[in-house]
Amino acid sequence: MSVRKIIWADTYDEDGYPYPQGLMDLNLGVIDPGLRCKTCDQKASDCPGHFGHIELAKPVIHVGYTRMIRKLLRVTCRSCSRLLMGPEEIEKVIGTEEEGTEVVSEKDIKKEQVCPHCGVQQLKINFEKPTTFSEIWVEDGHKMEHKLTPADIRARLEKIPDDDLKHLGINPEVARPEWTILTVLPVPPVTMRPSIILENGQRSEDDLTHKLVDIIRINQRFKENQDAGAPQLIIEDLWELLQYHVTTYLDNEVAGCPPARHRSGRPLKTLSQRLKGKDGRFRGSLSGKRVNFSARTVISPDPYISVSEVGVPLAVANEMTLPIRVTQFNIEEARQFILNSPDRNTTGGPCGANYAIRPDNRRIRLSGANLETVAPMIEPGWTVERQLRNGDIVLFNRQPSLHRMSIMAHRIRVMDGKTFRLNPAVCPPYNADFDGDEMNLHVPQTEEAQAEARILLSVQENILSPRFGGPIIGGIHDHVSGIFMLTNGVKWFSRSQVLYILSHGNPDHLPEPGKVENDVPLWTSKQVFSLILPVELNMVFRASSCLNCDSCKKEGCERDAYVKIEDGILKCGTIDKKAIGAFDGQIVHRIIRQYGMKRASDFIDDLTRLAIRGIMLFGFSFGIDDEDLSRTEYGQIREVLDTAAMDVERRIRIFREGQLEPMPGRTLEETLEMQIMQVLGKARDRTGEIAGRHLGLNNSAVVMAVSGARGSMLNLTQMAGCIGQQSVRGERIMRGYDDRTLPHFRKGDLGSEAHGFIKNSYKSGLSPTEFFFHAIGGREGLVDTAVRTSQSGYLQRRMINALQDLKVAYDGTVRTTGGRIIQFRYGEDGTDPSKSSYGNPVDVKGIVESVLKEEC
Amino acid sequence: MGTPLNVLEHVMVPEHHIMSEEEIKQLFSTYKITTEQLPKMYHDDPTAKMIKAKSGDIIRIIRISQTAGRAESYRHVIKRSKK
Ligand SMILES: [Mg+2]
Ligand SMILES: [Zn+2]
Ligand SMILES: [Zn+2]
Ligand SMILES: [Zn+2]
Repeated sequence: MSVRKIIWADTYDEDGYPYPQGLMDLNLGVIDPGLRCKTCDQKASDCPGHFGHIELAKPVIHVGYTRMIRKLLRVTCRSCSRLLMGPEEIEKVIGTEEEGTEVVSEKDIKKEQVCPHCGVQQLKINFEKPTTFSEIWVEDGHKMEHKLTPADIRARLEKIPDDDLKHLGINPEVARPEWTILTVLPVPPVTMRPSIILENGQRSEDDLTHKLVDIIRINQRFKENQDAGAPQLIIEDLWELLQYHVTTYLDNEVAGCPPARHRSGRPLKTLSQRLKGKDGRFRGSLSGKRVNFSARTVISPDPYISVSEVGVPLAVANEMTLPIRVTQFNIEEARQFILNSPDRNTTGGPCGANYAIRPDNRRIRLSGANLETVAPMIEPGWTVERQLRNGDIVLFNRQPSLHRMSIMAHRIRVMDGKTFRLNPAVCPPYNADFDGDEMNLHVPQTEEAQAEARILLSVQENILSPRFGGPIIGGIHDHVSGIFMLTNGVKWFSRSQVLYILSHGNPDHLPEPGKVENDVPLWTSKQVFSLILPVELNMVFRASSCLNCDSCKKEGCERDAYVKIEDGILKCGTIDKKAIGAFDGQIVHRIIRQYGMKRASDFIDDLTRLAIRGIMLFGFSFGIDDEDLSRTEYGQIREVLDTAAMDVERRIRIFREGQLEPMPGRTLEETLEMQIMQVLGKARDRTGEIAGRHLGLNNSAVVMAVSGARGSMLNLTQMAGCIGQQSVRGERIMRGYDDRTLPHFRKGDLGSEAHGFIKNSYKSGLSPTEFFFHAIGGREGLVDTAVRTSQSGYLQRRMINALQDLKVAYDGTVRTTGGRIIQFRYGEDGTDPSKSSYGNPVDVKGIVESVLKEEC
Repeated sequence: MGTPLNVLEHVMVPEHHIMSEEEIKQLFSTYKITTEQLPKMYHDDPTAKMIKAKSGDIIRIIRISQTAGRAESYRHVIKRSKK
C-alpha cells in the first residue's frame, strides 16, 4: 500500500519545495499546481494521492480496538494463549449443530481460573482508559500490578491459534487480532490533508499533518534514545508519549485522554472527527448534498395568484436558467433569447439568456456587450441558457419534508419584491406560515424532468392527500371566515356589490336577480357563491356549525347549517370549513371525484378570491372590546363561580367529616379530587355558555369559531368568561411547599383557589397566584410539545429508513428491491389512498346523491 | 397447570393452515417467487407450534382485513437460532 517510507517531520524547504521522505513527499501526490506526482506522473488535479508509511520504534495500541483487545486478553491464557475452555465447554456454548453461528463471549469464561491446556494460573486483566492494560493479583495480602506493554500484548495475540479465533467470531483468514497493535502507521496522501496558503504568503498545514509531525518527532527521539541505550524509565515515558500521539491522531475525543490542541487552543480535527457527527463525512458530505439551480428566500402570501403558481422575484428569475438546446426548429427563438438583454428589469419584460454553450462545451457569458456578436454565431448543437419566465415549471419545497406534498411543482409568475409568493391555500401541505418562513425552489433542467414534475408533482395532482384520501389543500383562516359570512343566512346584494365580490373571478354573466325591489335588481349571497360551482353539482351535507341536533330541521335549521346544492345552485346552508377547508373540504373532494383535479384546482382559485373579496366587503377585525360582556352576564358569571367554590368547600367538609362515599376502585382523596375537578369544570363551561349568549355572530371571534376558521368556543370562554382549572398531568396543581402550593395559602387547604383554579378571564386579568399557576400549566404544554416533536422526528426517520426502498410491483404486491414480498396486495385491498374517497375505493354516497339530488 | 391455551382460538389470532405441495406450486407461480422471497415466521411461534408446522413448511394466514374484508398472506417457517 505504501509508496514511500516517511522519516522527516519537515514539510517544505525554504524555497517551498517538498522535502524528500518528508510529510509532503512528492511520491504521496501533489497539491501545488505545476508539480508532477513522482508516483503516477500526473498533474495536481489528476493525481488521486498515494499512501506512505512511518515505521514506529515500538508497537502501539490502536484506540479503536481496545475493547476487542481487552476481550481477547481476558478469554485467552497468559502463557499458551489458547482459549480458556475445554472442547466440551466450547460445545456447550456453541452447540453441536452445524449452523455454528454462535460465538463465545467474555461472560462464558470463568474468572482467574487455571488454564485447561497448560495449567497456568490466570490473572485479572485490568483496563484503564484510554489504552493501558495491566495484570493484577494479590501476593502476601498485597495488591500487585504489572503493566502490559503493547509489545507484550502483541506477543500474546500472535500466539492465539486460528481454531480458537473462529470460536471467538474472528475469521483468521481475513484478519489476525495482533493487527490491532500497530507497528507501522500509514501516512495518508497529501490530497486528503492539503496545506493552505494564507493571505500573507505563509503556509498553514492541515490538522492531520500537524499530528503526523508530532508522531514522527517522538518516534525519531524514541529511536535515538533506544539506540543510545537510555534507561528503562525514559524509554517507557517516550513509549507512552508515542501512544498518546497515535491515539489522538486516530481519535481526538477519546474518554480519559486530554485532546491534542492547536497552538490557538482549538482541539485538532483528527481522523475520527472527520467522519463523525452531523457535519462529518457520512451525514455531512455523503447523505447531504448541495445543489445548483436552486433558490431560497422568505415566503409571503398572495391570494390573487393561483394555487398552482409561485411568485418568483425578478432577481431570482434573472439569475436562474433553463438550458435550451438549439435545433433548426427553435434557432430563431433561441437567437431572440440572446438578443434580449440578460438585464431584464421589469417583470413583464422578455427573458434573456445568461450563457451560450458551444458544441465543444465552452461557455460564453452573455452581457450587453457581446449579444450582437454571439447571436449570429449560434447554430444547431449549441445550448442557450435562458432565464426563467412566466409559466416555467419549478419544484417548491419547505423543510422539514415530512410527506410528499412537501415538494410540489408550481408554475412561475415573475414578480417584483424579494420574496417567494404563494397562495395561502397551499400553506397546509407545506405547513407554512408567513412569520419569516423560508422556502426552496429548484428548476428541473431537462424536458423529462419538467414533464415528470408537471404530471406527478404539480399542485393539482396533490390536492388529495395519500394520508386519508381527502383534500389537503383548501380554504384557511380568512377564506373560511369570508365564505361563511358571505353565505350564512340570506343577504341581498346590489349589482355593484355583486361585481365587487366577483371582481377577481371570471364569471361570464350574472344569473337572474333573486328579486327586484323598487326597480333595483338584487342577488342573494348564495347566488353569488353558486357562480363558482360546477353546473351539475348535487350534494347534501351538514356544515361545521351544525349542532348535530337529535332530529335535524334540514332546510329549517336556524343556524343555516344544512347545506344543499342542487344542479350547481346553493339552495340552503352555510359554506364553511366542512365545505371548503383544507383537510375536510367536502365540495372540493366531490369536485375532484366528479370533474377531476384541474376543475378542483380552478375551484379553489375561484373560491379563495371570492372569499377574500367577501371578507373585504364586510370587514373583519377583533379588538379588546369584542370580549366585553354586559353587567348582567358578569353578575351571572360571578354567581356561577361563587356557587362552584361553595360547592367545593361543602364537598371538602363532607370529606373531612368522613362522610364521603368513595367511588368504586378509588380512595377517598381520589374521589374528592374527581368531584372537585368535575364541579369546577362544569362551572367553567357554564361561564362559557353565559358569555356565548351575549356574543353572537356579530362578534368576529364567534364567526371564526363557528365557521371553523380559527379558534374554538373554549378560547372565547377563556377570554371573556373564566380561564378555569390549570393542571399538571391531568390533575390539580399539588406540588410546591409542604402541604401547600404557595405560601399564600394555609397548609392542607384543598379549596379551588389554592390548587390552580383561575376565576378570572384573560380580559379581566389574572391575580398573582393565578398567574403563577397559569405559568405552571403552560410550562407542561411547552415541555410536552418539545419532547413529542423530537421523539416523533426520530421515529419518522427510522421508519423512512426501513421503508424507503419498498415499492408496489405491477402485480400489486409490495416488494423490497431484492424482490422479497412485504405485502401480497398493497394495503390488503390494493387501493391507492390518494385515489380513494377517504380510504374507500368507491364514493357510493356521492354517486347516489348526484343521481337522486337529495340526501341518502 | 390449568387448561392449556390454544392461541388459535383467540379472537386476535388469524387462521393458520399448512399449505400442500400443490398449493405451494400454485402460489409460487402466481407471484413468480421462490421460498426465499416469502415473509418468514419462526418454527417456535405459538401458532406454528399449534398447527404442528415444521421448519420449511409454508403457512397460509387468512385475516379479517379492515380494508379488504378478507386478506391472505403466506409465511415460510424457519428455525430460530439459539440466542
Ligand atoms: Mg413559521
Ligand atoms: Zn500520484
Ligand atoms: Zn495455557
Ligand atoms: Zn342542523
